[in-house]
Amino acid sequence: MEAKLLMGNEACAEGALAAGVRFYGGYPITPSNEIGEILSSRLPAVGGRFIQMEDEIGSMAAIIGASIAGLKSMTATSGPGFSLMQENLGFAAIAEVPCVVVNVMRAGPSTGMPTLPAQGDVMQARWGTHGDHPSIVLCPSSVREVFDLTVTAVNFSEKYRMPVILLMDEVIGHLREKVTLPQPESIQVVERPRPDCPPEWYKPFEDTKTGVPSMAAFGDGYRYHITGLTHDSMGFPTTKKDEVESLIQRLFRKIRQGFEEIMLYETFLMEDATAAIVAYGCTARSAKSAVLMLRKEGMKVGLLKLSTLWPFPRVAVESLPEQVQELVVPEMNMGQLYREVVRVGHGRFRVKKVSRIDGELITPQEIIYGLKRRERK
Amino acid sequence: MAEQYEIRLAGLGGQGLILAGIIVAEAAGIYDGKIVAQTQAYGAAARGGFSRSDVVISDEEINYPKASELDLLLAMSQDACDENYQYLKPEGILIIDSTYVSQNADAPAYAIPFTRIAREKFSRENVANIVALGAMSQIFPHISESAMEKAVLRRVPKQFVELNKKAFQAGVEAAQAKIKKSSSRAGKRYDEV
Repeated sequence: MEAKLLMGNEACAEGALAAGVRFYGGYPITPSNEIGEILSSRLPAVGGRFIQMEDEIGSMAAIIGASIAGLKSMTATSGPGFSLMQENLGFAAIAEVPCVVVNVMRAGPSTGMPTLPAQGDVMQARWGTHGDHPSIVLCPSSVREVFDLTVTAVNFSEKYRMPVILLMDEVIGHLREKVTLPQPESIQVVERPRPDCPPEWYKPFEDTKTGVPSMAAFGDGYRYHITGLTHDSMGFPTTKKDEVESLIQRLFRKIRQGFEEIMLYETFLMEDATAAIVAYGCTARSAKSAVLMLRKEGMKVGLLKLSTLWPFPRVAVESLPEQVQELVVPEMNMGQLYREVVRVGHGRFRVKKVSRIDGELITPQEIIYGLKRRERK
Repeated sequence: MAEQYEIRLAGLGGQGLILAGIIVAEAAGIYDGKIVAQTQAYGAAARGGFSRSDVVISDEEINYPKASELDLLLAMSQDACDENYQYLKPEGILIIDSTYVSQNADAPAYAIPFTRIAREKFSRENVANIVALGAMSQIFPHISESAMEKAVLRRVPKQFVELNKKAFQAGVEAAQAKIKKSSSRAGKRYDEV
């Protein structure tokens, strides 16, 4: 494939198509618009469906319906729309409906600053919908990574039968870079498990070795019940203690068994580092610049870049080299993932945060200042 | 040290500065083979309000993608000039649309009335961005004129290719006239010539 100048949001649409997404239901919102715009013309061309819904509540409902009917489905939005999607996101979690929700973060709360970046939805992506449920949240920091993680998000959603959130930000969504996309045949695409038993024997929410039940598409001749109520293995509502507990336990077990492949992160110049910057999304780019600038000054600083935010990749922090004493967590929020880093560090590191919340990308200089700053006694 | 150039195109929403940024990035990235990153910032209004587009051009991987120390600033409105002049390097190049920018600090600047040229020559103000790119291809030495022109023609709608070709050429000529004058009166500030 030849190199092209591609925007993050374009790469997301391309990744969705490559991963086999054939349904998009959405409602336009800055700064995610290009994703829906591109898919509105590209999906019909490959036999897929695009529908603009009346709002984001409807969008989320539409992609759940399309997925239950058998298609890989996706929506894209930003903060205000993501808030509206939370209720149905919970439905997708308990009914185990594979789907991908892209949230291109902008500054909030509420309508906030529509065109300006922030990373304020990190905790919402984990806990926005009520009730105990596992989440998979991926966060890219380059145009090429947007493509790759979109494919990964679709694959995880299919493999684990659950909604997966791709948490982008305005900087990455609107960033254009020269990228070469992989050849279509080299892209690994995962399909949800389908039943191979006769319809009469099918148990839609049966426990399996992986914890993931096979999923029949509505219309395939497998009749089953699907509900947001806590349900038994046939999909009917239940409050029996053993059935309730085993359902919720299974939802967690299925991703716990996949932790190793789900928790994606990279390290850069960590071998001899005594301090590390822990970053994700657009701030990871400023962090990498900061590392290179500090290395020129002779400071032994490395980077831990998280591509998976939830489940929080604690192993990435725990396996930092022994000599690392100090961590800095730059974020475009008041310190959301910072607390996770403190939590899994168990007092092993001095952890500092660097926050920027004015709608401008955090600069390498701000991170450097944060790292060098000494706490007041 | 890697060669890195940072460009900011700033003005008002509706002036086509984001498209201009994409064209600059494509010229440098696809046609001149450099590594590029293009970002943008704009207000919520479709017309009016601020709009800016940053392009970073480098031989090496670009991490922090915004322009912070400008090698080139194109200012298409007075506000954009006032707001962004502080980020221009001492040796950086300032290009202003003199249709709208009348005050430009103490800086030597290439003052060319892009919007007036677009209006008078083509009866269309919306090609002012392409006129400016034509001028930029002469003034800023790190993107070749041919790469810039190819990138322009690739991004504009087919029915407007001829118009944009002419607009680009008008910018080239306007810049050459400035450069000629300034070199014949060496020592003078660009905006005095």
